[in-house]
Amino acid sequence: MTARRIAVVTAGLTQPSSTRLLGDQLAGAVRDVLAGQAVDAEIIAVELRDHAHDLTNHLLTGFPSASLRAVLDAVTGADAVIAVTPTFSASYSGLFKTFFDVLEDGALAGKPVLIAATGGTERHSLVLEYALRPLFAYLKAIVAPTGVYAATSDFGAAALRDRIDRAAAELTGLLGAAARAQAPDPYDDPVPFEQLLSS
Amino acid sequence: MQFGIFTVGDVTPDPTTGRTPTEAERIKAMVAIALKAEEVGLDVFATGEHHNPPFVPSSPTTMLGYIAARTERLILSTSTTLITTNDPVKIAEDFAMLQHLADGRVDLMMGRGNTGPVYPWFGQDIRDGIQLAIENYALLRRLWREDVVDWEGKFRTPLQGFTSTPRPLDGVPPFVWHGSIRSPEIAEQAAYYGDGFFANHIFWPKEHFQRLIGLYRRRFEHYGHGSQDQAIVGLGGQVFMRKNSQDAVAEFRPYFDNAPVYGHGPSLEEFTAETPLTVGSPQQVIEKTLSFRETFGDYQRQLFLVDHAGLPLKSVLEQLDHLGEIVPVLRKEFDALRPAHVPDAPTHASLVAAATPDAEPLVPAEGTVR
Repeated sequence: MTARRIAVVTAGLTQPSSTRLLGDQLAGAVRDVLAGQAVDAEIIAVELRDHAHDLTNHLLTGFPSASLRAVLDAVTGADAVIAVTPTFSASYSGLFKTFFDVLEDGALAGKPVLIAATGGTERHSLVLEYALRPLFAYLKAIVAPTGVYAATSDFGAAALRDRIDRAAAELTGLLGAAARAQAPDPYDDPVPFEQLLSS
Repeated sequence: MQFGIFTVGDVTPDPTTGRTPTEAERIKAMVAIALKAEEVGLDVFATGEHHNPPFVPSSPTTMLGYIAARTERLILSTSTTLITTNDPVKIAEDFAMLQHLADGRVDLMMGRGNTGPVYPWFGQDIRDGIQLAIENYALLRRLWREDVVDWEGKFRTPLQGFTSTPRPLDGVPPFVWHGSIRSPEIAEQAAYYGDGFFANHIFWPKEHFQRLIGLYRRRFEHYGHGSQDQAIVGLGGQVFMRKNSQDAVAEFRPYFDNAPVYGHGPSLEEFTAETPLTVGSPQQVIEKTLSFRETFGDYQRQLFLVDHAGLPLKSVLEQLDHLGEIVPVLRKEFDALRPAHVPDAPTHASLVAAATPDAEPLVPAEGTVR
């Protein structure tokens, strides 16, 4: 079997970032599960901080720079996405949202996504359920049932490891099930004009 | 090959002085720019159509009619005419009238506009944008080609025995371009009718427009209008020139940095690397413009944007002087590269010649009801 490509999109702002740390742990867990199935994992790490200017420029001009285009293509072309945001003002961060705002319509449709977030306290843990899950539902992604929230204190708790492993197993399970329906390319395969005229 | 300019008609403060021209000044400046275009030997002047500030050109045929009276050779066009929210009957009437006044120096470019609220302002629904463009244009074609039209559609009140007047000059409707930056349906529409397709590629990277123009060319051939390389393609361009390229960059930078559309975003250097914008010497503009042919194939019309972002009229007229210097070079280079079987853009004269191969009289017999 060919390798599975897993894109890890993290929106942490500090370096080093606990958001990136959580993303790496999730990616590592997915890699381990796949290794148990004798499947290689190719991990594509995308730190949005590196693309913050390009993302803003994309908002303003309507097109991605060449380097951002490569990132967008890598994420939309991955077999699954692990999306990790810090909790800002009771929601995902603006930078995180911007990335998913500039994706083409339908880019994540049918794609397995593992949602995760970090925050200063565990009081924000439901951000996964009221902010991230609806976002990815709107984008028509297939979201793993377990989301992983890590407060600062969780990085010292074994329970986080359990949640990471459970979420990784769920995401890996979705990989097999996800058969992405390819919409026809409107440039290669245009709607014939007679059909446009009569509709 | 045709060269010209197209204007958005924006009223934008000059970022170097903070001064905003009045609407009267901007309208007169647009006219001065058109007259200068003819003076320096350009072929086409095209105006946008907008129905909200900070834009002035809400009434394109009024402006173009005035310019027609003060020019001799210039082709008057639009960039674009809103086929979605204008009544196609009024478009048929206005542009036929303009054709007569301008002795045929008229074509137009259909577009869907870039301001969402224009749809409700004119009683339409933006979700019908593509369908409006398709149905309205189908009616417009009939109004120009059939003396008496019975028609019923989804969007407009029905017509019974309707005759659009005046009839097109010499019985030949104006040539139509379809402008689109992102809709394969519009490329398909242009290809179906064998009309021109104009890709205003100035704000985005070329890869996207290669797909759009590629689609138009393939479908033009599919519908039997000729080979792919005979399809009628127009392209945008955006330039600011000074003899010395560093002077051009230094002078244009504040306009770029504060421009509507891309201002406060990427740097001038990033934007010029990714899009057709060329800020530099006339020679750099020549090289960049010639590269469009390598990217998109032989094409028929090149329109430059030179008068936006608050540039003062004096600077714009100087840009036109530069265009007057480089266009003969571009004409010569493009002509030398273009194979013989690739046609020029249709003009009124060529359309009349094509419509009357055996030179039948154009004027109907006395008493004929048209």
